[in-house]
Amino acid sequence: MAEWIVRQLPALVILMPFTAAPLAYLLGAKFGRPIALVSALLSQPLALLLAIRVSRVGTLRYEVGGWGGPLGIDLVVDGVAAVMVLVTTVVGLFVTVYALGYFGDRERYRFFWPLWLFLWGSLLALFLSGDIFNLYVCLELVSMSAVALVGLTLSREALVAAMRYMLAAILGSLFYLLGVALIYGAFGSVDMQTLREVIRGDTTGQAALALMTVGLVLKTALFPLHFWLPPAHSNAPSPVSAVLSALVVKGSFYILVRLWVDVAQTAAFPGASTVLGVLGATAIFWGSIQALRQERLKMLVAYSTVAQIGYLFLMFPLVTGGGPAAADAWTGGVFHAVSHALAKSAMFLAAGTVLARFGHDRIEGLGGLSRRAPATAMTFGLAGVTMMGLPPSGGFVAKWQMIRASIESGQWWWAVVVVAGGLLAAAYVFKVLGPFFGREPEAMDEADLDPGPSPWTMEGAALALALGSLVLGVLGQPLLDLIMVSAPALVAGVTP
Amino acid sequence: MTWETTALVGAVGAPFLTAVLIFALGEHRDAARSRINLAGAALTVVAVVAAAVAARAGAPDAYPSAGIALLDIGFSLRADMLGALFAVVAGVLWLITTVYAIGYMSRASDRARFFGFFSVCVGSAIGIALSANLLTFFVFYEVLTLATYPLVIHSGTPAALKGGRTYLTYALPAGGALAAGVVWLNLIAGPVEFAAGGSLDPALASTHPGALIAIFALLILGVGVKAALFPLHGWLPAAMVAPAPVSSLLHAVAVVKAGVFGIARIVLEVYGPLGHELGVTQVLAALAGFTIIFGSVRALAQDDFKKRLAFSTVAQLSYITLGVALASPIAIAGGIAHLAHHAAMKITMFFTAGAVSEEVKAYRVSEFDGLGRRMPLTMTAFSLAAIGIVGVPPVAGFTSKWLLGVGSIDAGSGWVIAVLGISSVLNAAYFFPIIHRAWFRTPKPEWAHGPAAGKPEGDMRMIVPLVMTAAIGLAMGLLAGVALSPASWAQTVAAWEFPW
Repeated sequence: MAEWIVRQLPALVILMPFTAAPLAYLLGAKFGRPIALVSALLSQPLALLLAIRVSRVGTLRYEVGGWGGPLGIDLVVDGVAAVMVLVTTVVGLFVTVYALGYFGDRERYRFFWPLWLFLWGSLLALFLSGDIFNLYVCLELVSMSAVALVGLTLSREALVAAMRYMLAAILGSLFYLLGVALIYGAFGSVDMQTLREVIRGDTTGQAALALMTVGLVLKTALFPLHFWLPPAHSNAPSPVSAVLSALVVKGSFYILVRLWVDVAQTAAFPGASTVLGVLGATAIFWGSIQALRQERLKMLVAYSTVAQIGYLFLMFPLVTGGGPAAADAWTGGVFHAVSHALAKSAMFLAAGTVLARFGHDRIEGLGGLSRRAPATAMTFGLAGVTMMGLPPSGGFVAKWQMIRASIESGQWWWAVVVVAGGLLAAAYVFKVLGPFFGREPEAMDEADLDPGPSPWTMEGAALALALGSLVLGVLGQPLLDLIMVSAPALVAGVTP
Repeated sequence: MTWETTALVGAVGAPFLTAVLIFALGEHRDAARSRINLAGAALTVVAVVAAAVAARAGAPDAYPSAGIALLDIGFSLRADMLGALFAVVAGVLWLITTVYAIGYMSRASDRARFFGFFSVCVGSAIGIALSANLLTFFVFYEVLTLATYPLVIHSGTPAALKGGRTYLTYALPAGGALAAGVVWLNLIAGPVEFAAGGSLDPALASTHPGALIAIFALLILGVGVKAALFPLHGWLPAAMVAPAPVSSLLHAVAVVKAGVFGIARIVLEVYGPLGHELGVTQVLAALAGFTIIFGSVRALAQDDFKKRLAFSTVAQLSYITLGVALASPIAIAGGIAHLAHHAAMKITMFFTAGAVSEEVKAYRVSEFDGLGRRMPLTMTAFSLAAIGIVGVPPVAGFTSKWLLGVGSIDAGSGWVIAVLGISSVLNAAYFFPIIHRAWFRTPKPEWAHGPAAGKPEGDMRMIVPLVMTAAIGLAMGLLAGVALSPASWAQTVAAWEFPW
């Protein structure tokens, strides 16, 4: 039995939310809540076991239904996939707990539970996909459930933002699909393991990769294609905002990394990887400056996501040269995705607590918050440490690796970007923390404005995620090691 | 775990655990919070003293240590004699400051936040003291930076928020420089563990001279802000908007000494002889010499009592920097000893500032006429600490200045004698007027007959601590020759730090 479970782990981990989703839909809001919670709790040991298994034996391949390639669907779990599954599962649990308090059992939001579970399953399927067409299908599943979640409240702003989000998502998917078609036509396969050996940097190959990259960059909201993100992420209900910023953008980024580092091996396109790096650096500055200019907390947090996404793209110029710098850039980039997922979901959940309690999220109206909601103020502060990349936080470990890779590969200017970006992040984090620690706004009538403390599930879940992002800064070594398990040849230093 | 590693981990862990408990208790349970805080501080004292005992037993190279894997260096703690000295100073003064702060903050708001972050700061300072390598040092160093912010802006007034912003404007870029320096150094030299006499391979001086100089600059830029080295000192006077216990323990001891302690680690236990070979420590010594004169001159002009003390701190911190930058074991001993000596004396003075402002609402030196009649114990303690800083025997400041002076001749840097001389005159010029006003000017009528009949001169929870720290400062000077005094301890350490 135990052995059977271990062998079926890649499928089980995906099946859990996919089974719970239709159940939650059919049985309605009253049962959707316990179903989601049970699914979230049961997913934890599965994801953990999967990660342990991969760290012990390396890449796992799982043939769905026993068909095998090239006809069947293969699930492939290497170190980075296991890490992404793990972080999705952990963030998913706390978002679920938070949502229990946030939505209550209001009938209006009954579709949250099935949609969220469906999104969860789609993300896991994406991380475990072994071929680029299957990735496309998962990408669409993720996008469609995410769009529906953004529009969940049916308010005017939410629907407009959801529509804009959907257009960007569809356009991105189309570009990606075009690239897949080109590759299949030219190289005769969509399986990534096969493609790794046959793909060439000729015109078709380059055109295909360029199309897919544009599509994925749009979906990941890299500057200057980030326009859809701030309204979509800030107008969504807060648990949804958290999932979008923490996990959904990482999905398309994950495909991009797979394509560039694993399949195509950036070495073939050094110029293009520099372009991605420059766009990433611009995103860091642009996103941070925009965040600094926002007057609403959720908008600030959303622009912070635009900035933090920029760091992910610094990975590309840094891995290009191979060698130890590539390994550092690889672990740094993936680790950044992980720690940002924890910290950013914590931040959005904290902002959601504020919004739900006070009915607004204007920063200047939140003076003295640390007195009225100490746990939420603390959550924002702790998550801010990762945004700034200061120790002890996962963000620090990630930035350490990126700075190291920059100096190691002789591209010290990226190190300057990383450090300067941290300072800009400090500017927008303290723009919020200052008032939180400061005095209450003058015109405030407490009885009017403050309906009292939020449910402990909300404050507790957000705080747990923020603490998690801190713990990564000290106890993150096992995760760093896992990221390197069966890493792509380019970063592992093996000649392919 | 052996008792040695238990003490080591406990010394760092106890304050953090205290912080967690304080945050969990919330705002309204004052009695429980005070008990937990005092118990945590007492436990910390036991642990740091035990760690110091273990360090002394293991010296000079079998120090207890504990750690986990992190990045390519490891997150590890080690109780060596240099670190133990700073840890004991921070731990003991924390216990005393806790009593003081319970009195001082009894009517203030947001006490849970205050005492929680205060404990985090102390834990970080002890962590800094007991770090085995630059990565661990950096982690605690930045925690200290962040945890100090809520304390600086505690009152929440616009002035406090502005002070906090100034503080961050200095401290955060410095952290960035420090991070870059540490990463770069590790790439060139491999994982660098602190080791007496320097840990860098001497061959690096010829293979990477430019990089080593640049890294030294980055590292010193990083720790120089907390050490208030000119021109990075501007945040310290601005941070005086913080409540008195913060100014006392953090801005006279834990935070600023973390900076100079970092300089000591970098100069003595990373670079070692390479620093002199590359010429960087000479530059550092010159900068420290300038800061001593500069801080003292600026102190002269301050009427705000806490600002005058702050500029005095700027100058005094550079005594420590100067000591470790000179190529002589005697000077190094003087610098290290001053770390403890200045801590006891300056914390007494800031305690005084808080006690005086709470009791008689006097904030400016010009308001101190006759204060000695109204608050005799307080002003006696202050006067004792002041003459110690000026360097009058037998208070502790004399011992460290003496060692510094002898050491500078030993190191062949005679100019330091001139700096020390000028500085002592300036110290006298800005402290003696305060003493003169307090004791010899005509008091306000309501002060002339001392404290109201049957009442103490102030809140005893504040008076007793400052009398204790003054006594400690005096004892450190009187007993400098005793084996366990900071001065002797520093001389033992310095002998290993300068084996070349």
